Amino acid sequence: MEKIIVGISDVKTCREPSELVTYALGSCVGICMRDGVNGVSGMAHIMLPDSTAIQTDGNRMKFADTGIELLYNELIKLGAVHSRLTAKIAGGANMFGSVSNTMNIGERNVIATKKQLEKLGVPITAEDTGLDYGRTIKFNSEDGSLLVMSSLKGNKTI
Amino acid sequence: MAIEKYEDLNSVQLDVLREIGNIGSGNAATALAQLLSRFVDMKVPEVCLLGFQQAMEAMGDPENTVVGILIRLTGDVEGIIMFLLEEPFAKTICTTLMGDHPFSLLELDPSDMSVLNEIGNIMGGSYVNAIANIANMLIDISVPSLTVDMLGAIMNVPIVEFSQVGDKVLMIAEQFLMDGVEIHSKMLLIPTVDSLETLLEKLGVC
Repeated sequence: MEKIIVGISDVKTCREPSELVTYALGSCVGICMRDGVNGVSGMAHIMLPDSTAIQTDGNRMKFADTGIELLYNELIKLGAVHSRLTAKIAGGANMFGSVSNTMNIGERNVIATKKQLEKLGVPITAEDTGLDYGRTIKFNSEDGSLLVMSSLKGNKTI
Repeated sequence: MAIEKYEDLNSVQLDVLREIGNIGSGNAATALAQLLSRFVDMKVPEVCLLGFQQAMEAMGDPENTVVGILIRLTGDVEGIIMFLLEEPFAKTICTTLMGDHPFSLLELDPSDMSVLNEIGNIMGGSYVNAIANIANMLIDISVPSLTVDMLGAIMNVPIVEFSQVGDKVLMIAEQFLMDGVEIHSKMLLIPTVDSLETLLEKLGVC
């Protein structure tokens, strides 16, 4: 199976059976979306919750709201059917606990992710979010399983 | 010249930042050498202005398990000091100071954790003191915070913070060597854009 690497603030899609991989999510959130009938899948790796809160040069893949919308639109373009799309999400940890003065950006990323998925009408079928450790995620586009790996807490498939 | 984003820095200013890294980490290395009674040396510091993905990859394999010690700077210079230690380096510190004992990052003993935290505190303090002295500034450092995790997930913290102002992050990175062997340990100074301007102004290169 082809392995497709999704970088930081990045969106990738695939039509053929592939493994979508993103390494070492900390406070970032990885969003996997799939149409299980025709096998169209994609993954977004977002860093920040809200594109409207920040003046920036407009990297849309950086934010939960715009990044997930982009992922959704790309999948529809590839032939995914709205009513069949489902999502799995992982990440959004609070690394270093309290010293981080980013007002728990991980938690805010997860909230913004859920809000945007709800707005788009894509149900979340599984999640592994929050807590205080990093995660590498591998999404199997063939069966829709998501492998969540961590260095201290072991691996699980959701 | 006003520095609004990291890209505005010229080559003289970058040289000055490299020198700041040199002075700061020279002091930190001396502090560590005294504590351990071992020879600690360092490489020439690198000043790197990198995109997020590059910044993560420049530090090594993102899935590599390391110790990350985060110190926050406030006052005249704001930003982050991040200390990244790979297992052999962390082990050398802990066994030198606490006697020979089994050591694994995956099951880090609370006393080893507190030793490493204190080393972070001392090295961070020495680093910042040196810079504050030459630039005649007041810089406060936070209590260090330690975690053991994937390198990439640890680097998420400074990267995400700086992603709010742009798409790049500036790091003054220093690699330490112990007893002449390159034992991987990195110390990063990641200043905010505003602080860079203050710092360079104080040093007369703005």
